[in-house]
Parts: sequence; structure tokens; C-alpha cells
Amino acid sequence: MGKMIEIRWHGRGGQGAKTASLLLAEALFNTGKYIQGFPEYGPERSGAPLTAYNRISDEPIRVHSNIYEPDYVVVVDETLLAAVDVTAGLKETGGIVINTPKSPEEIRHYLKDYKGKVGTVDAKKISEEELGRYFPNVPMLGAIMAMTGLVEKEQFIKSMEESFHHKFATKPEVIDGNMRALKRSMEEVIIS
Amino acid sequence: MLRQIDPDVVAAFPITPSTEVPQYFSQFVANGQVRTEFVAVESEHSAMSACIGAEAAGARTMTATSSQGLALMWEMLYIAASMRLPIVMTTVNRALSAPINIHNDHSDAMGARDSGWVQIYNENNQEAYDSLIMAIRVAEHADVQLPVMICYDGFITSHSVENIMLLEDDLVKSFVGEYKPQYSLLDKEHPVSMGMFDLPAFYFEHKRQQAEAIKNAKQVLIDVQNEFAKISGRQYGLFEEYKLDDADIAIVIANSTAGTAKDTVDMLREQGVKAGLLKIRLFRPFPADEIVKALSHVKAVAVMDKAEGFSAAGGPIFVDVRSAMYGKADGIKVINYIYGLGGRDVGVYDVKRVYDHLQTIADSGQIDNLYNYLGIRE
Repeated sequence: MGKMIEIRWHGRGGQGAKTASLLLAEALFNTGKYIQGFPEYGPERSGAPLTAYNRISDEPIRVHSNIYEPDYVVVVDETLLAAVDVTAGLKETGGIVINTPKSPEEIRHYLKDYKGKVGTVDAKKISEEELGRYFPNVPMLGAIMAMTGLVEKEQFIKSMEESFHHKFATKPEVIDGNMRALKRSMEEVIIS
Repeated sequence: MLRQIDPDVVAAFPITPSTEVPQYFSQFVANGQVRTEFVAVESEHSAMSACIGAEAAGARTMTATSSQGLALMWEMLYIAASMRLPIVMTTVNRALSAPINIHNDHSDAMGARDSGWVQIYNENNQEAYDSLIMAIRVAEHADVQLPVMICYDGFITSHSVENIMLLEDDLVKSFVGEYKPQYSLLDKEHPVSMGMFDLPAFYFEHKRQQAEAIKNAKQVLIDVQNEFAKISGRQYGLFEEYKLDDADIAIVIANSTAGTAKDTVDMLREQGVKAGLLKIRLFRPFPADEIVKALSHVKAVAVMDKAEGFSAAGGPIFVDVRSAMYGKADGIKVINYIYGLGGRDVGVYDVKRVYDHLQTIADSGQIDNLYNYLGIRE
């Protein structure tokens, strides 16, 4: 078994955390990785906490269970910090990235003094400025990729563009805004 | 894969988590990417009834369902099999009500195990894709002429994005070939009657012939799998053995948790434990002799069932495996684990608990508990 990277997404129904995990899987698939992207289906309803997962490896992935000890965590909605134990099982060799206007220093004490990397990005602001609507998932996708460095930045951006052309085949007008949001969050995420 | 097979008729009713199969397929129909007649029906009973009618008329027919949908098809499942109609159905496994639950276990398909359908279980999306293509050839083979059910885990497999190697459209089309039914209601030159009243004078013989047909499915599957390996590079068996050759302890398991359990096997092997695994693929017909042979050298086996058979004497796979071993592999300790009902998650360490239990049994030579429930709170 080679080194496998596991990512857990925390979001609320309607924010696109599930879509983000599937987009991430597709984008990394395009770069030649073995991938899994899957949500934990519950009684889905808009606004309810939900979890989604990614596994990324250079070798075939056989395990089919939820992820309990992730390398990375993405928090798509800051209010979840009070509702969900987002750092549960999170490896200290990894990191967590949160959608918030706060700095990593300000946010760390909400994370039970988690010792690994903490990243923050204002995905709300980026999304509203670039898309005109609040879809935090794509900026968060950019932020987590900036933190993990799993694939080279230019390669990832190119791969995401291909995925968007596939996903938004019927509404190509949203592709440019999403690409701008992705690139901006990769630049603006603060990691400490 | 349905698009590549391009069946003549698909009749289906949506039910979670198999909904996406007819949903995406109906888009292919609307876009003109297939020539299929898509029949939207008002229930699963009607879906299977329409499939039976279409197949009896000589059309290559496919459908998909899950859980309550399969349960509602019950009556028609037996009719499809007994009329020897080679319908191919994707069964995306989901728990049965009550209480209502949309998540994965195998109680739906296990309930249909005696319906006369060939059943093939699949670990991941690659295997499900490959099996579905092969199922057409098995179902329509002159020695079989029976419906085939391709089973894989709801959500875990059906809603997970994973790597998959697809075959070229032309390759799939030439592999499945054109359907030339031996008998059909629309063949005016060779008129036949189907679904007739059958009195005691012949019913028994018809059932005997049906039993022979499903027995034949085993060899036909072997042949089709060998042919498929030549075009795909992927060789399948009646079941899969993982590090079983020199294993002291082994589990028998079907579908996606087999993949998780392979990681457990590797972890235990690193610790020096001789753990192995047998993954069920063909469950109906049951390859009893081959499974017994593959397990004949181990000390202790746990058969894992993702369905509670309510027999109070073990789950369905356990009953078959243990019965097959009786008189042929006596002395091997065999226990049963029921796991993951209603989508309860099973990870690498959960499976390890089963192997730990087996190690205790192998060491002591004594079975403490024959029937076990993995990770249950009680």
C-alpha cells in the first residue's frame, strides 16, 4: 500500500461540499492519480451539516469506508466549528483549511489547539465578487489544493478547467468566474 | 455501459440509489445516442412485467432497481427466470424497510437468491461495469437463457467517483454481439406459446430443465470471463482469492467491503499473521466445490453476510459455504458475522476484529460464538 492522502469535507447542504469532493476527484484523476470522491449521505436538507470525502493515491485504492483519520480537513462553513468536531482524528502532520475572514491565529483556538497547519480564506468574499453569488465550494477547493500541494499548481488549474467544461457543458458562462475564484483563493489563502 | 450495450428495450422505475442508472440512460435516449426504446412505467412490478414482455418478443432488455423496488418485482422475477428470458438487471444493493433506510446492505438481492436469476456480486465500479457487459453473453447463451442480476453496493459504489477503465464502444458492441433469440413471440416462422398453464404432468420436468440451465451458467461464465480477459486485460474468476494460498485464517465476503478487507489482510500480513480472503462473485449458481477447495487448507473461516437471513442459523452466504464444506472440509472452524446492515460503516479495523476472533479460534481449536454481529451495540 503506497502513501494515501485522505481529505474530509465539512459543509452544509446546498454549499456544494459534495460537488467539490467530486470535482477534486475528477481533477486529480485527470492528472493520473488514483482517486475516490464520495459523500456521506444522510437525510440531506439545505443547511444541515454534511460530510464528504476524498482519497488520493499513486496506487489503486481498495478501501471502501468513511475516513476517520484524515490528513486534511476542509470546513466550507465557519459556523460548523461550533456544531461539529472538525478536527476529530485529523493528523497533526496535515492541516485544516477554513472558510472565514479571520486569520489562522484567530481561528486556531476554535480548533482545540490543533497543532498542524491551519489555513484560512474568505471564500464568501471571493465567491460573491467573482460569481456574484455565494458558492464557497470552488474557492475552498483552490485553498485545499494550495495547502496540500498534491499536484503542481498549473497542472491542477488546467485540469480544473477541463472538469468545469465537462460539468458546466450546458452553462459555459459560469466557467470563467469559477476559474477566477479558484485561482484567487489559491493565492489568497493564508497558511500558518 | 448501458449506452455501449445499446439494448433494444429498457423499462425502469426510479428508486434510490439505482435512480441514476435509468436517469442518465434516459438522457442518452433523448439525445439519440442509443436506439433503445425506453419504457417509463408506474412501478417496479410494471418495469419487470414490461421487461418480460419485451424479452419474450425477442428484444434485448435491461433494467435497474434497488431495495423495495426489487421487492415489488418479486412475483415477476420468478416469471422472468422460469420463462427463460435473459433479461439483465443492475441491482444497486440497499437495505429493505422497515424501518425505512436508503443505505447499503444485501438484504434485497439475498431475498431474490432463490428466484432463478444468476447473481454476480461486484466489489467496485470497474468490476460492476465489466460484469454487466459479460452478463449479456451469459444470459443469452443457448445453454443458459436465464436472467442475470449484477449486484453492487448502493452509495458506497454507486455514488462514489473512482478510477475506471472503459472499453471502446465498438469493442463492447462486438463483444455483446447482436441478439438472436432462439424463440420469440414475434418469430412468425416458428410460433411458440410462453407462460402457459403447466400441469403436474410436465411442471416438474420444466423445473428440472431450469435447474440444469442455471447449473450451466457457471461454465458459461468461466468461458465468457476468459474471452473478456482477452479484450480487456482483466481476468475474473467465479470468486477472487486474495492471499488465500497459504492463509491460516480467512474471511468470505461479497461486494465493496471485500476491498476494505484486502487492506486489513495486508496490514495483518505485515504483522506476520497469515490472513487471507475469498471474495464471492458468482453466488447463483453457487460454486460450492470450487469454494470448498479454495478454503480446504485454512484453520478457521468467517463468512460475512451483509444481510440477516432471520433463519436463526446464520446469514445466507454462511449457510451455503458451511453446507458446502460439510463432509468435504470437516475440521475447519466456520463462523458467521453479520455486518454493516442499513449502511453501518465498516472500516479496516472493524474487519481486523473478525480476523482477531478467527486467530483465537484457530489457536484454541474451539468456537466460542458461531453467530456474531460486527460492532453491534448490545
